[in-house]
Amino acid sequence: MGFGLQFVIDVLSLGGAYALMALGLVIVYGILKLVNFAYGELIMVAGYTMFLLGGSALPWLVMAAVAVAMSMLAGVLTDYVAFRPVRAKSVTAVLITSFAFSTLLQNLALLFISPRPRPVALPEIFSETVTIAGVVTPVRNLITLAASVLLLGLFALLMRKTVLGIAMRAAATHFIMARMLGVPANLIITSAFAISGFLAGVVGLLWIGRIGTVTPGIGLEPLLIAFIATVIGGMRSMSGAVLGGFLFALIDTTLNYTLSQDLLKFRDAFTFTLVILILLWRPEGLIKGPATGQRT
Amino acid sequence: MAEPMLAVEDLEVRHGAIRAVRGVSLHAAPGELVVILGANGAGKSSTLMAIAGALRPASGRIRLNGRDIAGARPERIVRIGLATVPETRDVFPDLTVRENLTLGSFIRRSDRAGVAEDEARMFALFPRLSERAHQPAGTLSGGEQQMLVIARALMSRPRVLLLDEPSLGLAPVIVDQIFAMVAELKQSGLTILLVEQNAAKALAVADRAYVMRLGQIATEGDAAEIRSATDLGALYLGG
Repeated sequence: MGFGLQFVIDVLSLGGAYALMALGLVIVYGILKLVNFAYGELIMVAGYTMFLLGGSALPWLVMAAVAVAMSMLAGVLTDYVAFRPVRAKSVTAVLITSFAFSTLLQNLALLFISPRPRPVALPEIFSETVTIAGVVTPVRNLITLAASVLLLGLFALLMRKTVLGIAMRAAATHFIMARMLGVPANLIITSAFAISGFLAGVVGLLWIGRIGTVTPGIGLEPLLIAFIATVIGGMRSMSGAVLGGFLFALIDTTLNYTLSQDLLKFRDAFTFTLVILILLWRPEGLIKGPATGQRT
Repeated sequence: MAEPMLAVEDLEVRHGAIRAVRGVSLHAAPGELVVILGANGAGKSSTLMAIAGALRPASGRIRLNGRDIAGARPERIVRIGLATVPETRDVFPDLTVRENLTLGSFIRRSDRAGVAEDEARMFALFPRLSERAHQPAGTLSGGEQQMLVIARALMSRPRVLLLDEPSLGLAPVIVDQIFAMVAELKQSGLTILLVEQNAAKALAVADRAYVMRLGQIATEGDAAEIRSATDLGALYLGG
């Protein structure tokens, strides 16, 4: 019983974080049909903002809000620097510019801050534990879980109930038709990048909360996780991305619990084998999403 | 003659190396229903898409209600008063019928009362849509989807409506409904530019007609004139 509960909490809190990461990536992909390879750096930006604000007397929540705002800003900047100038011209060009922007941000951190891990201020509560039904659980897992449920709910509300959200869903299936109804392309794309940055910022805080430090390369793992989760879940569908995130977390956690110490080193090999098997079974991902999807 | 609502001069549209539209000029007076006929690949749809801003014209002038719109973004052209029903009948399949209509009124979303009124009007006009308001549009039949796309276009309260093959692939009884509705829209004072394969039915409702061949205007005139003068079958054999 206790073991089962612990497993469920672990899967759900990790899955929540993975789902948010995947959602942040897929919201841009859904509209532009382009992967933003600088996505991980949005998480890095949140981390370094926390580090730089660390010496100030600001309350933690204020610092966190500033960090998320910086991630959003970096997201919108990605659009203006890496996507907008070459978007209409070639997919390959955007692939390269988004890689370049990612490298540029990482190198700025290397150059002006440090290649070594830097501490990030965390509130006390992140290192506390609670006992639920005899299971000792870090509070941050519960915070992650609560934050993901809240954000996924807010996100669903935004997409279903607001005109902007409806327009973004429409643009994801048929961009030019949405524009012929008067939906401005730039508004949709900028909003997508801002939402992507927002999700990356929040996930960044939760993610870095596990480690306590930030490095220039911190964004690589979340980018990879987000990418794999969206591939499993289906690149064209937002619910697919969320499902993929939770499924990926389930695979990871199950392997963590079941593999012996010797085999744990090879956990990623097992994970990717399973991912390959899922893709052999469902090459388009678990949720197919609408069939159309030409680029702008 | 009064200033036309829509005037196209010397329009040229290219798809890569192919000149799909070569020096097309046409116009539509306020309240006029103008039809463009021609074989597949004659450049009719390309002409419409260039007017709507979905394709960038290589050259030429397009004026809508006295404003130059050639090469403008589609989102701006809608605001000047042009709505488009594309040939591909693009409902947003995973959005509900109501959400599709909401997007049709995107440019006037601040006018909530007016939008709600228009939505009620569309549902009265198309009871089938009303029954299915909360269903994803992808689950509608072809005819219902066409109704939805037309209703959605009207939600922007356009001055000019572009209709690309509204009867394509629909059952004869639905085709009749669509044409009855086009005639009704004309009665309401809307300027309509209609591209249609069904020449006989289109000419029956139209004021004037253009016949396109290989990217150019081959013939133009009053709908009645074109009907009697032209072998309609030959229109579609190209040449």
